[in-house]
Amino acid sequence: MSDNDIEKRVRNKVVEHLGVEEEKVTENASFIDDLGADSLDTVELVMAFEEEFGIEIPDDAAENIQTFGDAVNYIKGAV
Amino acid sequence: MESRRVVITGMGMVSPLACGVEATWSRILDGQSGAGTIQQFDANHLATNYACEVPKGDGSDGTFNPDDWMEPKEQRKVDQFILYGMAAADQAIKDAGLGGESTEEMERIGVMIGSGIGGLGTIAETAYLIRDKGARRVSPFFIPGSLINLISGQVSIKYGYRGPNHSVVTACSTGSHAIGDASRMIRLGDADVMIAGGAESAINEIGIAGFNACKALSTKYRDDPTAASRPWDKDRDGFVMGEGSGIVVLEDYERAKARGAKIYAEVIGYGMSGDAHHITAPPPNHEGAERAMRAAVRGAGIEVSDIDYVNAHGTSTMADTIEMGAVQRLLGDHATKATMSSTKSATGHLLGAAGAIEAIFSALAIRDQVAPPTLNLDTPPEDAVIDLAPGKKVEREIDVALSNSFGFGGTNAVLLLRRVAA
Repeated sequence: MSDNDIEKRVRNKVVEHLGVEEEKVTENASFIDDLGADSLDTVELVMAFEEEFGIEIPDDAAENIQTFGDAVNYIKGAV
Repeated sequence: MESRRVVITGMGMVSPLACGVEATWSRILDGQSGAGTIQQFDANHLATNYACEVPKGDGSDGTFNPDDWMEPKEQRKVDQFILYGMAAADQAIKDAGLGGESTEEMERIGVMIGSGIGGLGTIAETAYLIRDKGARRVSPFFIPGSLINLISGQVSIKYGYRGPNHSVVTACSTGSHAIGDASRMIRLGDADVMIAGGAESAINEIGIAGFNACKALSTKYRDDPTAASRPWDKDRDGFVMGEGSGIVVLEDYERAKARGAKIYAEVIGYGMSGDAHHITAPPPNHEGAERAMRAAVRGAGIEVSDIDYVNAHGTSTMADTIEMGAVQRLLGDHATKATMSSTKSATGHLLGAAGAIEAIFSALAIRDQVAPPTLNLDTPPEDAVIDLAPGKKVEREIDVALSNSFGFGGTNAVLLLRRVAA
């Protein structure tokens, strides 16, 4: 799986779950501060990443996934 | 403190006949039925494969378009009963002309919307998910999307209403209890305005199978679902499940008058009782229903001879004639002059929303001076002395309407509405 492919799939999940415009999902975009998520949304989003990539993201790792970039970097290391 | 008067100033509805109060009402008066073969899932393996489902579509011609009421990303987070409730609440709030209230006023507006069962379908799906994929896959929105009081919560959050936030669960009398309890909150000064009613969405495999198991549902009309809901008729064989929501805006009469609000009717009486008899069946004479009706009449300070129209619980089960007996005992000699009908013949039984949509139909009966028909009533009971409005609406004077709702557990709720002089 290429890095571009991972980015694209993560971005799609964020757009789908948070209902935001694709352009707003930038490297440093914070799910809560910039993309309108609340704490339950972020839990659901992490579950969506797990499902999409067939991985398990432990709770302590999930807590550190605050931005789109955090998510992409974690998943690159996990797949 | 002098007891305050409470009036209905707004109404909203999602029903098996249509999305919207007026669209539903015109179809009710026209004698249309909302019944058909179940579309939401394949029900052919069940004893009952028909129900009264909300017509889904693009929002035109009375269809219900979820996107008109909640953003798609928010819809995923709630069970369908909440979606129906949010749609009906929005209609009622707009109909009442609420908006632009001060912070102080917002603290005097409350919400009391109940449900009989809540997010039953979501609970079942989540149980399958845990079995098939494990507990880690459970959505963080599962609990807040299934809880019965979450329509009240969602409405409060969406509109900023900071008054009493409450919810009722009394099975099939939920809607009536919610409106009755909310009217008391205004009467006693806890709030000036209450958004009140009920919502239900139990037309799913677990819901139909469950009510089939209690032998409560009609099963013999697979070939002709529109004939299945037939209150009081000789060939009735159980209720037809409905779904949707009915919500009213209740308001302190003086407040409504001061702002020049449209007033549909006044809530003049509310009676409650328990049967102390059986979990699903009423006692043979339904004295509990009679006591609840008498309590409502007493509280309203009217005579039974003032009652012009009765919107019956009338579910199309064996209990219909028991209710009729209780109503005829209540009305005595006046029974021959009153009209009673069951709108469940058209809508099916909306369980926790039934009492709410039927309070709305009762208010409209007062507004339009017409009793809606009882469909499919071909052979009325021999001991019926009250007019049951078989097949056709009855245009007549209606000043006072009584609406009955009874629930599993032996719980009874009765509302009395009266015309308010313009």
